[in-house]
Order: sequence, then structure tokens, then C-alpha cells
Amino acid sequence: MTVTVKFFASLREKVGTGSVQLKANTPLTVAQAWSQACNEIPLPSHVLMAVNMEYVEPTTVLHDGDEVAFFPPVTGG
Amino acid sequence: MNDEQLLRYSRQILLPQIDVTGQEILLNSKVLIVGIGGLGSPVAMYLAACGVGHLVLVDHDTVELSNLQRQIIHTTDSIGTPKVISAQQTLHALNPETQITSYQHKIEDIIGQDFTDIDAIIDCSDNFTTRFSLNTLSQQHKIPLISGAALRFQGQLTSFLPAKSNSPCYHCLYPDMETEQESCSESGVISPLVGVIGSLQAIETIKILLDIGNNLCGKLMLFDGFTMQWRTVALAKDDQCSVCVNK
Repeated sequence: MTVTVKFFASLREKVGTGSVQLKANTPLTVAQAWSQACNEIPLPSHVLMAVNMEYVEPTTVLHDGDEVAFFPPVTGG
Repeated sequence: MNDEQLLRYSRQILLPQIDVTGQEILLNSKVLIVGIGGLGSPVAMYLAACGVGHLVLVDHDTVELSNLQRQIIHTTDSIGTPKVISAQQTLHALNPETQITSYQHKIEDIIGQDFTDIDAIIDCSDNFTTRFSLNTLSQQHKIPLISGAALRFQGQLTSFLPAKSNSPCYHCLYPDMETEQESCSESGVISPLVGVIGSLQAIETIKILLDIGNNLCGKLMLFDGFTMQWRTVALAKDDQCSVCVNK
């Protein structure tokens, strides 16, 4: 299956790219998609995750064609 | 409304969705604004200008030179003045009819006040502790909470409507109080970003007060001013949430 992984705001700078295409033979969770897309960079705590524009948990399982997006928490005001 | 009020608010009374009835609701509304900084500036100024009758301002800080790049309610002359006092002066000049109550405190220190007559809470704060306190207040009294945040070139915006059984709360979105946070003083913020997000919070507030249009309950709107992209992510209530489930 193929999934698109997108990184937003400061995560884009941290990871060094805005988007990665992943190909996998076995089902992936959102957290596993991060690991595969980001090599050694650990998944930061409290990152917001969305699959196909819906907020999800790291354990959510991805399907072929899904778009998974990672956003940093923002508190500034 | 008197003739002067009809003229002052005429351009929005013209809107069929507002009309005289909506304007009277705004004039009789009481809104709590927490954080009179980058977001709180446009929120307070637009809500005073459009005729929200009573604004309650909460901020413990004083105005500093480094605030003025984006906190447009404050002026160079107000450096060293409590933000709530500086804001009150600007708001009075903008609309002398607006009733203003100010607290130069952290919200955590005045949470015991009677806020039951508040119609909406607007979170313009810069830290998770305050954000969680406001979420608790919103949930306890079933008061709508309009939440905005901005840092660097990116902003987030959503509304929580605790009177609706399916509305998520801030704790559903950020379940952990121990969340690390970044500040404007460390990470920076581009000046007009707070204007974008704060203005949208003001629009959300007006619609929620009047119960018109669509709002961001159950949706998190994300804005990236660097790439000029908007995204809206659907948020669901966390059925394990320790704050809003079974309230």
C-alpha cells in the first residue's frame, strides 16, 4: 500500500521535508508511518495527527491511499 | 437602541443575519477575554467596536517594548502599564459605550469568581496551564470556548460548545497537562498572524453569541502564513476524556 505523510509548521523544518510517500507491504499505524518516514527522528510527544483530515490517535491503522498529517501543538497568543 | 447606536452599528445591522435583533443581543452580551496580547488585541478591539456590551479582560502582565510589534491594542506610551489598563484605554477611545471589567491576575487566581453570566470565553492565552483552566471553566458552566493560538507563521483555531453533547473539549485535543510548549519569546511570531487568528476568533464569537452560521465546533482550523495554506481537521469527542465525558 502507499500512503502520503505530511509534516506541518515546525515539524516540516524538524523533518526537513513537507511530504513523503511511503510504500509498505504490511499495514502501518500512524506512529509507524512517522518512524518509517522520519528514519531516526523519534515521534515528538503531543503532536497532533490527522488521517484524511480527521484527528486520530497514533495507533490508528492506515489504509492504501491515506494521507496522514502531523502538526505541532501551538499555545502562543 | 438610540439613534447614535443605530448609526454606529449600521453597517452590520444592514446584514440580514445580524439586523437590529442581533445587534441587541451583542449589546447585551458579556464576554471573557483571557490574555490581552497578540490575539487578545484584535479580539477585544473588534468585539468592542462591533458593540459587544460587556468585556471582561484578564491578563496579569504589563506592557513591554517587545510586545508592541504585534499587540496592537497597546501603544508605546503604555510601556510599563498593566495590559488590562492599557487595553481599557484603547477600548474606551474606540467605543465609550463598552462596559469593561479588568482583572490584572492570572485566570487560575480568580477562577473562583462568579463567571456564570458570561456568554462566551475567548482563549487568547499563551500557555497550556491557562488553556486547561479555561477549558474547565467552560465545561463547568457550559460556556462556549473560542480557542486560538499562534506561533512563528502558524496558527490554530477551534470552538468548543459544551452545551452540545457531541462537542469535544480542549482536553480531548491535548490530553496531557505536561505538554511541552514553545513561546513567542523563544520561537518568534510574525506580526499579522495574531491579527488573522484573533480576527477569526472575533467572528466565531459573534456567530456563537447570535447562534448563526457555521462555527468550528468539532473542527480545528490550521493556518500556515508561510505557505499560505489552510487546513481544517475534524475533531471528535474523546469518549475516554476525563474532563468532558459524562458532564
